[in-house]
Amino acid sequence: MAKRPASSLLFEGSEWNFATLSRAYDAIEAIAIGEMGLDVYPNQIEVISSEQMLDAYSSVGMPLMYQHWSFGKRFVFESHLYRKGYRGLAYELVINSNPCITYLMEENTMPMQALVTAHAAFGHNHFFKNNYLFRQWTDASAILGYMDFAKKYVAKCEERHGPAAVEEILDAAHALMDQGVFHYRRPPRLSSEKVTERARERLEYEEQTYSDLWRTLPTAGGNAGIEAAEQEALERKQALNLPEENLLYFLEKHSLILEPWQREILRIVRVIAQYFYPQGQTKVMNEGCATFVHYFIINRLFDQGRMSEGAMLELLASHANVVFQPDFDDPRFSGLNPYALGFAMMQDIERICTRPTSEDRDWFPTIAGNGDWRGTLLDAWENHRDESFILQYLSPTLMRRFRLFHLTDRADERFCEVASIHDERGYSAVRAALARNYDPGVNRPDIQVVDVDLLGDRQLRLRHSVKHGILLNESDRDATLAHVRRLWGYNVSLSGVDAQTGASLYECSATEA
Amino acid sequence: MPNFIDRRLNPKDRSLGNRQRFLKRVHDELKRTIRDQVKSDKIADVDAAHGVPIPRRGADEPSFRHSGASGERHHVLPGNQTFSPGDRIRKPETGAGGGGNGRGPGRGEATDDFLFILSREEVLDLFFEDLELPDLVKLNLRETVTYKPHRAGLTTSGTPTNINVGRTMRNSFGRRMALRRPSERECRVLADEIAALEGEERLSLSQRNRLTQLRQELEVLERRRRRIAYVDPVDVRFNRFERQPLPNASAVMFCLMDVSASMGEREKDLAKRFFVLLHLFLKRRYERIDIVFIRHTDEAHEVDEETFFFSKQSGGTIVSTALEEMQRIIMDRYPSNLWNIYAAQASDGDNANGDSERCASLLRDELMKLCQYYAYVEIIDERESEIFGTTDNGTSLWRAYRTVDGAVPNFQMTRISRPADIYPVFRKLFARHQPRSVRG
Repeated sequence: MAKRPASSLLFEGSEWNFATLSRAYDAIEAIAIGEMGLDVYPNQIEVISSEQMLDAYSSVGMPLMYQHWSFGKRFVFESHLYRKGYRGLAYELVINSNPCITYLMEENTMPMQALVTAHAAFGHNHFFKNNYLFRQWTDASAILGYMDFAKKYVAKCEERHGPAAVEEILDAAHALMDQGVFHYRRPPRLSSEKVTERARERLEYEEQTYSDLWRTLPTAGGNAGIEAAEQEALERKQALNLPEENLLYFLEKHSLILEPWQREILRIVRVIAQYFYPQGQTKVMNEGCATFVHYFIINRLFDQGRMSEGAMLELLASHANVVFQPDFDDPRFSGLNPYALGFAMMQDIERICTRPTSEDRDWFPTIAGNGDWRGTLLDAWENHRDESFILQYLSPTLMRRFRLFHLTDRADERFCEVASIHDERGYSAVRAALARNYDPGVNRPDIQVVDVDLLGDRQLRLRHSVKHGILLNESDRDATLAHVRRLWGYNVSLSGVDAQTGASLYECSATEA
Repeated sequence: MPNFIDRRLNPKDRSLGNRQRFLKRVHDELKRTIRDQVKSDKIADVDAAHGVPIPRRGADEPSFRHSGASGERHHVLPGNQTFSPGDRIRKPETGAGGGGNGRGPGRGEATDDFLFILSREEVLDLFFEDLELPDLVKLNLRETVTYKPHRAGLTTSGTPTNINVGRTMRNSFGRRMALRRPSERECRVLADEIAALEGEERLSLSQRNRLTQLRQELEVLERRRRRIAYVDPVDVRFNRFERQPLPNASAVMFCLMDVSASMGEREKDLAKRFFVLLHLFLKRRYERIDIVFIRHTDEAHEVDEETFFFSKQSGGTIVSTALEEMQRIIMDRYPSNLWNIYAAQASDGDNANGDSERCASLLRDELMKLCQYYAYVEIIDERESEIFGTTDNGTSLWRAYRTVDGAVPNFQMTRISRPADIYPVFRKLFARHQPRSVRG
């Protein structure tokens, strides 16, 4: 390749090839690692066509996935929208794995490929590798291997037990996917041979030291009667580790009718749900981080004279589209744009660190004017999820810029009330309300297994603790309960209990048809 | 340095299996939808690609979800221009607290029905599932059997159009290797070296010797190349085709339609719809069936498809002419020992005086001996359908045909009074596995 000493451009025009891709990658890497101090998994960049992108969409973005009709439905749906021109395809798709796989669309122009490389292969990649949620909840190096196993295992089950039987289990498991996650305690690691070994040893020890005599000791309290029943229930619950928030886990371990392969399938669905759990809680931060990184990098490339003005204009236009936030009364409005919010907050942090106002000094005494925006951002990316990030870093300046206001909406009233707006009295309230909207504990129904009498009627009792009076969609609820019943094998009941008052709000059950 | 992988050439349609599973899943629903569409006056559209709304039933994925119609929510929205704390905003009236009014973020997701485009084949397959012509027994009777060429291996002789290039070149390559035919490259190396030596101004003795030696070597190589052909006749292979006789279920369907003046627009429309359906069904299921269209007023004519469905001729009514015409055509072209013969007749039941009995006797004594199956569809008024509650009562033709129905097993008669009747009647007439004794 002829060297043009006059031009230091990484690429010219919009056509790309693997040489320009890799030259751009090297330049981007130098800035990302060298200047921003990002820490990423090794990258694997794959170029795919639009059809393959649709394929990837429909299997929830995983390169390997077992077969299920719901993915077909999604595919038909997505391709319909795409073909009709209602929706474009993503420029990229990135997978939280080690090595980190990034898919680039072949239709992208070269400047877009550079942008997308910076966005996904460095922005998202850094976030995946460093954010505490991803570190705790997912195992990036094991996921691809696990998906490979899952795909083969499900295929094998279909071969052995027939697609209909497998589909039935998968349908039921998918229905409970949201309840298949350990929200509160850390999930067990994927490959935890040592741990299971230790658990087995402990069990053995208990068996060896078991003495029936202990049972005959009189209980401390004098009067038996009601207390004995309560005591029994308590012991029973303790034995099953109740209450249990992870329904799939509970069914996998304790269901009375499932065969081993069915339990394994539940486990597969549960592991996948667990793997995606952090993504739902870090949408704003994840996209904000990636957008901030690509914006910084393309500007640096332009400053270094390695990108032409034409390319820069194209990228700025694209960037502006991504971070566009229509107002609430705009027909295009569909909620707060996580790209816009995340990017704006991170830029705001940079501003607070370097050019704070006196207001910022009041609100953010620890970071205002510390000059180290890189370190501050790296720390935020590592240690927060959307909820805490907003609660910690959303500044009055930004609330004024977005003109945020807080609206309360009671279903039984015909009016919404403006509770607070972006003014001195409202900043804290608006910020807290926004943060709460990103709290997964608020947004997904809290349903737990509370009791089951294995020696009695074997009815599985679930409790939905109702917050703010928000009930479940009834037809969905009944259909899902039927799925739970299918997995449990005996009757299942669900009671809605108000989280604050403890009053019972509703009661429903799934019995044998 | 990252790992770049070009996946564009990977096999596509990775989710084909998922799509098929999904189709299977909603199969019954699709079938129902298509039938509903056909019942509601869209029968001619059957023969086209269809946008079928995927019903949510059967394809929805339930989960525990919050209902939008209860409880207290907090929204934080951008773009406040005029509000102050304490302001009240009236909620939009549409829908009972429905999502998707721009307020509930993330709610009202696209779980609604969406259009699913089925190809014409898929539509017809769903539509005609479980239907067949009864008693298709006289297979392979006609002497003029048709043949279709099938690939059957390779042969060493044939026409140049059938040369199998891949196999030929493979043979040639193997032979050239075995016989050590010098390659182009070997010769070129020598030739280049010779050219280099020849280019020298003055040659030393050793160089001159080398030159002659090289020339000799080249000579040997080239002779060898000439002797061993690049492609030899022994290499050539041709695709071989075998003519396989096709099982020939020769069948003919007679479509008899009354177009006399007594048939009003409505009656003709219903009759035509019935035949459209029949026509589609036959075309779809029995590629090589003959269809004969006969229309009659007080005289009958064999017509082509176009005229049958779209012409507007009219006149008096003598039904027996149509039966005679059919009989004539059978004698002429479709000897009944070689052909499976089917007939479907549609009429409003009006007939010239005394002709109905003649029709019945024609059918009973002549035609039913020739026919595999005969279906009579009477188009009646909706009010009449109430009056003629029992099947015994009816027009003269109906009553005359009742005598045939009793006497001959493979005769079916039924009534249609509304477009919605057509499809059920059609299914009734052509349902699979109808126990019916085969004509001896």
